[in-house]
Amino acid sequence: MSEASRHRIFSRLQAATRQDTTPVSQLPELPIKTYSPKEKIERLITLMEAMRTEVHTTAAENWLDTVEDVLKVREAKRLLYAPGTEIGEALEHQWENAAADLPQLIPYKQDIEQLKEMVFNVDAGITSAAGAIAETGALILWPTEQEPRLMSIVPPLHIAVLKADTIHNSLLEVMQKENWPAKMPSNVVLVSGPSKTADIEMTLAFGVHGPKELIVLILED
Amino acid sequence: MTNHHPLDFDKNVSRALNDRQLIKNIKSAMATLVSKRKAIFSDAAETERLRTLGNALKKTALSKLPQLLEQLEEKCTQNGIQVHWAETAAEANQLVLDIMKSHGATLLVKGKSMVSEEMELNAFLQKNGIEALETDLGEFIIQLNNERPAHIIVPAIHKNKDQISKIFHDHIPDAPYTEDVAELTAIARKTLRQKFYQADVGLSGVNFAVAETGTLCLVENEGNGRLCTTVPGVHIALMGLEKVVEKLVDLPPLLRLLIGSATGQLVTTYVNMITSARKQGEKDGPKEVHLIILDNGRSKIYADTRRRETLQCIRCGTCLNHCPVYNRIGGHAYGYIYPGPIGKILNPQIEGLRAAGVLASASSLCNACEEVCPVKIQIPDLIRRIRNESYSKDSTCTIEGHGYKRNLAEVLAWKVWQTINTHPLINAAGLKILNVLGMKIPKIGPLKDWIRYRTTPELAKKSLHELIKQHGVDHE
Repeated sequence: MSEASRHRIFSRLQAATRQDTTPVSQLPELPIKTYSPKEKIERLITLMEAMRTEVHTTAAENWLDTVEDVLKVREAKRLLYAPGTEIGEALEHQWENAAADLPQLIPYKQDIEQLKEMVFNVDAGITSAAGAIAETGALILWPTEQEPRLMSIVPPLHIAVLKADTIHNSLLEVMQKENWPAKMPSNVVLVSGPSKTADIEMTLAFGVHGPKELIVLILED
Repeated sequence: MTNHHPLDFDKNVSRALNDRQLIKNIKSAMATLVSKRKAIFSDAAETERLRTLGNALKKTALSKLPQLLEQLEEKCTQNGIQVHWAETAAEANQLVLDIMKSHGATLLVKGKSMVSEEMELNAFLQKNGIEALETDLGEFIIQLNNERPAHIIVPAIHKNKDQISKIFHDHIPDAPYTEDVAELTAIARKTLRQKFYQADVGLSGVNFAVAETGTLCLVENEGNGRLCTTVPGVHIALMGLEKVVEKLVDLPPLLRLLIGSATGQLVTTYVNMITSARKQGEKDGPKEVHLIILDNGRSKIYADTRRRETLQCIRCGTCLNHCPVYNRIGGHAYGYIYPGPIGKILNPQIEGLRAAGVLASASSLCNACEEVCPVKIQIPDLIRRIRNESYSKDSTCTIEGHGYKRNLAEVLAWKVWQTINTHPLINAAGLKILNVLGMKIPKIGPLKDWIRYRTTPELAKKSLHELIKQHGVDHE
């Protein structure tokens, strides 16, 4: 069925393009907006806070303390993390010597089929952000084998760790600079805040399906 | 788009105009959407540059549509995404059902997809024993109430909070009655979480499909799109064949235009870019991804190089928000899944003029739709084209059913009109007669309908000719 349909669809489209002689217009180029490193951080914070994201800037060596604080305040019991990553190893190390009131670390170390119930019952997930976009205010999440996709969407609280020097001016800039077309992973997602909806009378409500809260830690050198 | 009942547009319009609650709900929401859009596109020069670029990107993509679709298919296949082609909605429905059956699946969780609405997929699956559950909050609400979307971006916008409270209480087991939006949202979250957990298959639409990389781009605010495309073991993506763009770098401007026009945001909460199924070593994500590419009349539109512009549409819905007609009758009155200005040009071209041509009459040609369209579709011009073809038997006409409105009485009436207005003596005599008798349009036949909503023009006591004769021409 699909093959015959494909053939008929393409015949019609190709017949139409053969008749078409309209010249294709030259694409106008959009200027890329540029911000200073300080402006990038400020703009990202302003825009993401406007989307009700909680943003903390912290010195690179102190970020674990901030993580502890935000988890304690929320009385989180279980934290989903990615073992084998830079963040994962730092967490494991910190938790070894930690007080008892910290949440239990839940490693995402098997396929979801084995871990599904656990993943759906944690209080928080912590991941890295591969970068961010100043122009529109969004994180770039680039899931990997070690840091799978569901960590940042299923738990009610998502903590994202971002290095300040990975904030780009715009999406176009990062796509070109890092040559995304040559290396698109299974899934990339831009995230600008916690899950939200305005489907009832245009009234904003948060946490409809994805995380109810998004916390971003910006690590400065 | 199978429309089971013939469209009685007049009746629909009358019903909508008399539904005060509906009009109030629609108007208030549209005003919000219009002002949010205005705020995000505050720099007129920049917006114009963006729209010019958006127009050029979509035009370019359409100019090489067959090549781009082939490239998309090739890239997706390389990335492990299975590509299927459907000529009609019925074929696309069958493809979804076959995929469901091959997994013995009985529950489908759906992200918002207008193409699935166009296919009437939910009803089809239900008939075949499969539960298709909408997870976008707006779609969930109208599914509970067994309705169709009233708007392509905010489907439940015709309902207010109190009506939704009642729908939830009546249809969700154990849901307490509440009029609090946050509580209503929490009820939806709890109800649907369980379904995300259970479902074997998830379905989504596609906002842009990138030929260069085989990437499916999907924008959303709720996160249900991410859940539908990541939690279940199988993901089915549905797209109309016009959704393909050439390059990954085409996305940033198109996303700005789509999101700004649709919801007045700089960026949605989530922008998903899906390029492959779960790879070896990855711990989650669907093991199978299917892309169903639907024609359903689009290639017919494509065949006409002027009408092809219709396929530039990125389904942002802003033409609905700015349309004085949509603002007064809402989405359901149009009788088709795509309402408002875009529906007025899309439906008649897909369904034929006899079925849907009447929609093109619901326009004052005020041009608002064209002025806000992020990809600069000349909607009013295409509305005029549809109107003209409705009356023309000319061989240059290409829309199915053209000339269907042509009738002898009207042809004769225009002939008489033409004779009067091209013969000065007859014209002058006619005006004299009208001046004496007054302008009375008989309330018979088609004239009765014509004057129902129009005031009769008043004739000046003296014609321009007479005035010039008496006073001469004042040359300042």
